[in-house]
Amino acid sequence: MRASLEGEKQQTDQSMDGGLMQMQRRLAEYRNALFKEGILDSQYLQLQELQDESNPDFVVEVVSLFFTDSEKLLNDLSRDLAQQNVDFKRVDAHVHQLKGSSSSIGAEKVKNACIVFRNFCQEKNIPGCLRCLQQIKQEFLLVKSKLETLFKLEQQVVAAGGSIPTVQQPIL
Amino acid sequence: MSKQVAGAASLPSRSVGSGKAEMGDGTGVSSTTAPAKKKLSVLIVDDDLMIRTIHTILVSRVGGEVESQVAENGKVAVDLFRSGKSFDVVLMDWEMPVMNGIEATKELRNMGVSSMIVGVTSHSMDTEKDTFMAAGLDDCYEKPLSIKILKDILQKMKIDA
Repeated sequence: MRASLEGEKQQTDQSMDGGLMQMQRRLAEYRNALFKEGILDSQYLQLQELQDESNPDFVVEVVSLFFTDSEKLLNDLSRDLAQQNVDFKRVDAHVHQLKGSSSSIGAEKVKNACIVFRNFCQEKNIPGCLRCLQQIKQEFLLVKSKLETLFKLEQQVVAAGGSIPTVQQPIL
Repeated sequence: MSKQVAGAASLPSRSVGSGKAEMGDGTGVSSTTAPAKKKLSVLIVDDDLMIRTIHTILVSRVGGEVESQVAENGKVAVDLFRSGKSFDVVLMDWEMPVMNGIEATKELRNMGVSSMIVGVTSHSMDTEKDTFMAAGLDDCYEKPLSIKILKDILQKMKIDA
């Protein structure tokens, strides 16, 4: 009886370990894809390296700040560009800020879209600016959705008793 | 692009701690100890909470001998120095409300502050960086800083001190 119970426990442990390994593999693949697709760059890895036991939620906290700041900036930009007389200096300042914060968390596509936007600002090209704003909104929503999924996968791994493997270099 | 200035702040230095230490043989005989090692102090000046958070953690990762404080714009930074505070290194953002990094750097230099002031900016063009450097910076980097660059800055600070 005892041997049979121990055998069942061993089998359960193995299947749980197998489940955890599968989750960790899925997490690693998902994360690698974000780098491969250019959604995140190496700056994101730098943020992960700063996270440790004393700051276990550092990355989530910083990324949450990015989400909040960016949503405000995008609303500001929509309002700025809807004005009768567009203040391009103000628009540029907001885009500059968005470029800085997206760069800080490694949101590469958002950052690159901001660079293009600034060129149109300098040319005082309203249609160009409006197109760029649409592009930035799309890229922002994409990175937000991807990161939220990434965090959910990480939470699942941790909840299953696993740890999140650190990535030294993204596999491209 | 770098400009070497004396790294020590011109304002009065902070007091160092001292305490008794027991002899290793457990006799309890106290003796005067060497003063506690002075920590390097870093002032992080940026209106972006995200950057302040990242750079604060970065500074804490450099090692136990470094401590930091934050200021959300150039005026807060200038007021800190005016109040008698001193910092070995100032990480100065450019674009800030109330008082930007260029204005704050000029003001600090006019006050005679000789702390190392390092510009940290999203402006990436050389001409833009030259404008910021001309305000009185010792060096200028793109944000956010990396641990390696921060360590290099602090190492330079220790060499100049």
